[in-house]
Amino acid sequence: MAMGMAGLRKRRLVAGAAALALGLAGCAGLALAQGRDPAYAAARAAGKVGELTSGYLGVVGAPTPDLRRMVEDINIRRKAVYAEKAQAQHATLEEYAFTSGCVLIASTQPGEKYQAPDGSWQTRGAGAPQRDSRCP
Amino acid sequence: MTSHELTLPAKAAMHRPMNGLRSMAARAGMVPAWRAMRAVPVLMGGALALSACISVHTPDKPIVIELNINIKQEVVYRLSADAGKTIESNKDIF
Repeated sequence: MAMGMAGLRKRRLVAGAAALALGLAGCAGLALAQGRDPAYAAARAAGKVGELTSGYLGVVGAPTPDLRRMVEDINIRRKAVYAEKAQAQHATLEEYAFTSGCVLIASTQPGEKYQAPDGSWQTRGAGAPQRDSRCP
Repeated sequence: MTSHELTLPAKAAMHRPMNGLRSMAARAGMVPAWRAMRAVPVLMGGALALSACISVHTPDKPIVIELNINIKQEVVYRLSADAGKTIESNKDIF
């Protein structure tokens, strides 16, 4: 009887520890999701990547395999988010992505690259960026 | 009573196509090999003339196909607030 109780307590303890570990892992995942990957942040700051008018990330200049892989990875994740949100808003993927592009270009920091409506790469200065006439 | 000839007497064969195997081949619609060979430089000359006239230049800039042309301003305005929220909550990819 006593042994049974002890076993039960032990099992509960294990279950509690597992739940705690799971919770911690979840927190870590959340913490990772809070900001940009250092490689991505560095590429942005160096002007190696820029915001396209389409709402996706583009490689500025000659792409290296690493840079291309990183940009493709981010764009796939962006597309997944756009698709989900566009469906919720009863809009098309392209509409939602384009609108996000407007917002993303507006929120670029000085020195970062963005695509102008004519398709050319521009460096964000102190003033407002060149944006599509349909941007809010 | 005088006798008249109804047709003129045929002339004797004067030059080579008028007699022999070559003229027979031509009448049958066949082109002799020596004649076909004569057409080769003519064709080559034609090809050269064409290549001199038509020149295709590859553009030095990538061709951008505008896919956003159908996106209307009112839709962009309606979505912008939600897009801003989406970007705020997915900071790792924006």
